[in-house]
Amino acid sequence: MNHNDIKQEVTGWLEQNWSTELSLLEWRNRLLEGGWAAPNWPVESLGRGYSVDETQVVNDVFRRLGIVFASQGGPRRLAAETILAHGNDEQKQRYLKQTLTGEHAWCQLFSEPGSGSDLAGSSTKAEKRDGRWIINGQKVWTTSAHHADYGILLARSDWDLPKHQGLSYFLIDMHQPGVEVRPLRQMNGHASFNEVFMTDAEVSFDDLLGGEGNGWAVAASTLSVERRGFAQARQSGISSVERVGRVYDEYEAELAIDNEPYTWYPQRQGRVDLVLDRAKKTGAIASASTRQEIAKLLSMKRASELAAEQAEATRRAGTNEIIPAGSIGKLAASVIARQAAHVHTLISGSDAMLSGEHSAESGMVAETLISVPAISIAGGTDEIQRNIISERVLGMPKEQRSDTGPFRDIKRNT
Amino acid sequence: MQKEFTSDQHQFRQSLARFMQAKSTPVDVRRQMLTEQGYDAEVWQQLCAELGVAGIHIPEQYGGFGFGQIELGIVMEEMGKNLFCGPFLASSVMASSALLHCASEAYKEQLLPDIAMGVSIVTLVLDSLDGPEDVGSLLHEDGGVLNGAAKIVLDAASADLMLVVASSSSGLGLFLVKANDTGVNVTSRESLDPTRKLSEVALINVSAQRVGDVDLGNLQEIWRDCSVALAHEMVGGAQHLLTSTVEYTKLRVQFGRPIGSFQALKHRCADLLMEVEFARAATYHAARLLDAGNAAGLAAVNESEAEVYAPHMAKALAADTYCNVARAAVQLRGGIGFTWEDDTHLWFKRAKSSEVLLGGPDRHREWMMQLIEGEVS
Repeated sequence: MNHNDIKQEVTGWLEQNWSTELSLLEWRNRLLEGGWAAPNWPVESLGRGYSVDETQVVNDVFRRLGIVFASQGGPRRLAAETILAHGNDEQKQRYLKQTLTGEHAWCQLFSEPGSGSDLAGSSTKAEKRDGRWIINGQKVWTTSAHHADYGILLARSDWDLPKHQGLSYFLIDMHQPGVEVRPLRQMNGHASFNEVFMTDAEVSFDDLLGGEGNGWAVAASTLSVERRGFAQARQSGISSVERVGRVYDEYEAELAIDNEPYTWYPQRQGRVDLVLDRAKKTGAIASASTRQEIAKLLSMKRASELAAEQAEATRRAGTNEIIPAGSIGKLAASVIARQAAHVHTLISGSDAMLSGEHSAESGMVAETLISVPAISIAGGTDEIQRNIISERVLGMPKEQRSDTGPFRDIKRNT
Repeated sequence: MQKEFTSDQHQFRQSLARFMQAKSTPVDVRRQMLTEQGYDAEVWQQLCAELGVAGIHIPEQYGGFGFGQIELGIVMEEMGKNLFCGPFLASSVMASSALLHCASEAYKEQLLPDIAMGVSIVTLVLDSLDGPEDVGSLLHEDGGVLNGAAKIVLDAASADLMLVVASSSSGLGLFLVKANDTGVNVTSRESLDPTRKLSEVALINVSAQRVGDVDLGNLQEIWRDCSVALAHEMVGGAQHLLTSTVEYTKLRVQFGRPIGSFQALKHRCADLLMEVEFARAATYHAARLLDAGNAAGLAAVNESEAEVYAPHMAKALAADTYCNVARAAVQLRGGIGFTWEDDTHLWFKRAKSSEVLLGGPDRHREWMMQLIEGEVS
C-alpha cells in the first residue's frame, strides 16, 4: 500500500477515536476494533496484513502523536506471536485480544534448574490424566511470573522419544492451586525473576499449542521472536507529547510493572557511558596504563557498533553472506561489559570497596561490578554463542552427542 | 556514509583476488623473499598495467585513477591475504601520501604520475617509524645538502627515488634524492619478515631538492593515511590465517575425530572471528572517514561522524587481531605450525612486522585517547 494513504488513514482514524480521557482498556479495545493494534498481523487475526515497512509508517504516526500502543511488554509479545503462529482459531480467539489489550499478562516457563543452556532437556512432566494435562516440575528465571495470568510452558509429554521429540508446548493458567511462584534473589540483590513450582497443576486439552510432541518447534519460534525483540525492544517509548490524562496514567502504571525487572540492565552492560567522565573527575585519566584500558574498551564498543551496522547494511543489500551478527553481538556485549567493569575498578581504586548511595555515581558503579557477570549468561551463555558461531559460521564440526535415544535413558541432573 | 560495497568495488576485489591467487601463491612468495629486491618486477608491472593498482587512490590530475580509501583498502586487504611481494606500501601508499600532504604542486605533477603507473619506485625515508613526534632528529639538511641516517627504510634496494624527511634551518622539510646519487648508501638489513625488504639508508653530503615543508600536522596526516592502509593489510592477513586455520582443524584428526570438533578449538576460533569482524568494520569505517575528510576537509564532516581518532583505533585493533590470529594459527596446527615447511610462519612474521610499523598498538591507543580528550573538553 502507498505509505501516504496509510498515514492519512491512520491519522484520520486517530482524530475520530483517540482520547486521553479513555481508560487504557477502553482505548485498546478501540484500537482492536479499528484494526490498528497489530497492523502486521493477518486480516483474519485482528490485523491488517501490513508489511514491516507499512507497519513502521503506522508506528511512526503513533509515536509522533504520543498515542499509546497495544500492550507488547516482554513476555506478552512472545506469547501473542507464538499463539498467532501456532494456535488454532479457537486459541487465537481465546487469547490474542486480551493479550493485546493488556488484560492478560504472561510469563515464559522455559528454563529449569536442570536444563539451562540445554533447553530441550526439560524434565517438567506433562501427563494426560482424567481428561486433562497434569503438570509437575520446576521452572526458573521466569521474569514477571508474580504478575502473570498465563504462562507459555515447555514440558515433556513423552519420555520414551528422543529428547527434542518428546516435548509439548502448553498455555497454562497461573492462578491455580498447583502453581506456586517464589521470587529468586540474584547476587546483585535484585529479585527480577521467579522460580515457579508446579505440583499437579492442570492444563486443559484445548491449551496444548501446536500439537503433542511438537513443543520444540513451537519453542524455537518463541525464541526467534525473543531474539528479534532484543533489537527492537524498548524503542516503543512515547514521544515528547505531554502525557496528561487517564489513559497515560494507566499506561504508566502498566509500564512501571513491565519495566521493574530491568532497572539494573544498564549496569550489567558495564555503564561504558560513565567511564570517560569518571576518569577525568577522579584524575585516573592521567595514568598511562588506565588510558590503555579505556582506549581498548572504547575501541571494542565502537567496533562492535560498526560491525553491527555493517552487518545490517550487508543484509539490506541482500547478499547471501552469512552474517553472524546476533551471536557475535551477544559475545561482544560480554567482553565489553567485563572490560568496562575492569576499567571502573581501575578508576575507583580502593573506593570500589564501597557500595550503595554514598559510593561512586550513587551506587551505580558498585552495582555494575556485581551485575556484569549476568550478561555472559542470560539469553544464551558465551560458551553457547561460541558454539553457534563456530558451527554455523565457521562450519566447524559439532561435538559428538551423548544425548540421543529415548530421553528416559539420557544422563541428567537429579 | 555508504556502508556496503558497490558492485564495482566487489568486481574490483574479485579481479584482484584472481590475480593474487595466480601470481602470489606461497611458492611465489617463498621465491621472492629470497631475492634482494623481494619482488618480481614483471608481475608488478603486470599488476599495475592490468588493474592499475599503483595509482588507484592517486587523484586523476596526478595521473592516478582517483578512487578513494575504500579501493585502496581493498588492494591492501587482498595483498595482505596473499602476502603479495611488491613496493606498493612503500611507493604508492607512503611516498604518495607524503607527496600529497607536503609537496608543492609542481613536484606532485612531476612525481606522482610515474608512481601511479608503477614505473617509478619511490620510498619514504623517515628516521623514525614509531611516531610523527620522533621524526627529524637523525636526518638534517643544510645548504641543500643532506646528512644523517635512517635505520629502517622500506624497499630502498629497489627504489629509484627517495623522499627524505629531514630537519633544516627552516623546520622539517621533504627532500628528493636519487637513489643512485653519490653519498646515498643503501645497506640491506635482515628483516624479521623476509617478505618485507628493509635497508639502512645513510646519506653523506647528498645534494637534495626541497619538494615541500613538513610539520607535525601533516606528518600526523601521513601517519593516519598509512596506518589505515596498513590496517587493511592486517585485516586481510588475519582473515586468511583464520580461514586456513579453521580448514586445517576440520581435516586434522586426533583421538578419532577432527580436532575442529573440540570446543577448546572452536571457542578460540569463534573469538578470533569476532575480532576479525570488528577490526574490519573499524578499518573500513576509518577509510570512509578519510574519504569524507579528503573530500570536504575533516572539519566539514558531519560532527557525529568526525571521529578523528578512527585511524588509530583501526590500526590498534587490526594489529592486535592479526597477532592474536597468527599466534592461534601456529598453536592450533600444533608441531607442524612451527615448521619452516608450513606456510603459517610467513603470515606470522608479517603480523609482527606490521604490528610495530608506524607505531605499535599502545602508541595508537595513546594517540586515540589524546584525540578523544581533545574532542570532549
